[in-house]
Amino acid sequence: MAVTVTTPTRMELARLKGRLRTAQRGHKLLKDKRDELLRRLLDTVGEVQALRGRVEEELMGIHGGFTMAAVLMGGPALEQALMYPTQRVTLHVTVQNIMGVHAPRYDLEIHTGDSGGLLPYGFAATSGELDDAVEALRGVFPAMMRLAEGEKTVQLISREIEKTRRRVNALEYVVIPNTQQAIRYISMKLEEAGRATITRLMKVKEMLLEQSVVHHKALDTQALERLREEE
Amino acid sequence: MTGARIAVLGDWDSVLAFQALGLPVFPAQSAEQARAVLHRLAREDYAVIYLTERLAADLERDIARYQDAPAPAILLIPGREGPLGMGMGKLRAAVERAVGVDILA
Repeated sequence: MAVTVTTPTRMELARLKGRLRTAQRGHKLLKDKRDELLRRLLDTVGEVQALRGRVEEELMGIHGGFTMAAVLMGGPALEQALMYPTQRVTLHVTVQNIMGVHAPRYDLEIHTGDSGGLLPYGFAATSGELDDAVEALRGVFPAMMRLAEGEKTVQLISREIEKTRRRVNALEYVVIPNTQQAIRYISMKLEEAGRATITRLMKVKEMLLEQSVVHHKALDTQALERLREEE
Repeated sequence: MTGARIAVLGDWDSVLAFQALGLPVFPAQSAEQARAVLHRLAREDYAVIYLTERLAADLERDIARYQDAPAPAILLIPGREGPLGMGMGKLRAAVERAVGVDILA
């Protein structure tokens, strides 16, 4: 791994140490977040899978009923019977926050028309199969809404997990090791600089000592000479 | 966001039933037609779009575009021809993306 260019100073060292601490704390937090999201995902997926199985099965029954009705009544008559529904559906979407994931919640509001009947047609021209199929569809519809809710939540959570996992890995395998290496590099440089300073000081001291010895020797010789001349 | 709508998109025979519930249905004969309708519905205030699996087979990329968006939720439902397992497949793909392996098999 290439050493990023860092100036080996004490300031930089302190900064890097702070960054390492933050990265390690972030890593731990994100890891916890990932684990918790994963747990939620698996919970939700189990429910959604069961729900989907049920909805698919019921829808197949309903399709069968409609096919039967179409055969008995004729296609155009069936279309005509279903053309004017007695109810209207509006959807209220609220957002639920699951660890930073904005999962939708759907609430249905069903407006029933004045006639009050559940079926949008008279009984004279339609077959009983149609009544049953419409009734069954009405029954399964809330489950279909919950399924939509659940599947969207699963999608959104899985995306969030993917993002979180990337961040965890980036911290674990790139940011943290790089910072640690830079810290090692700087402390080594600083120690080296420290040793260099000590050696230099020792050398200077030695030189000064030598100079003063030479100087004093010269003074001594002069003093001795003066003494000899006086004698 | 309140007062959103629900749409049902698919071949005529499969979506007809939903008209009885008072849902807006959008029959589509071809994938091209369905694609245009899908994008239009997504731009409008439809929060949930039910789409039959057979049409969805040709619209993979269009569906993927809305997969990570908060709205709309596009839900695959079996059409008249029976479940094709695509809805379950999508669920599995989501888990695989999160966990890294397919653990639902």
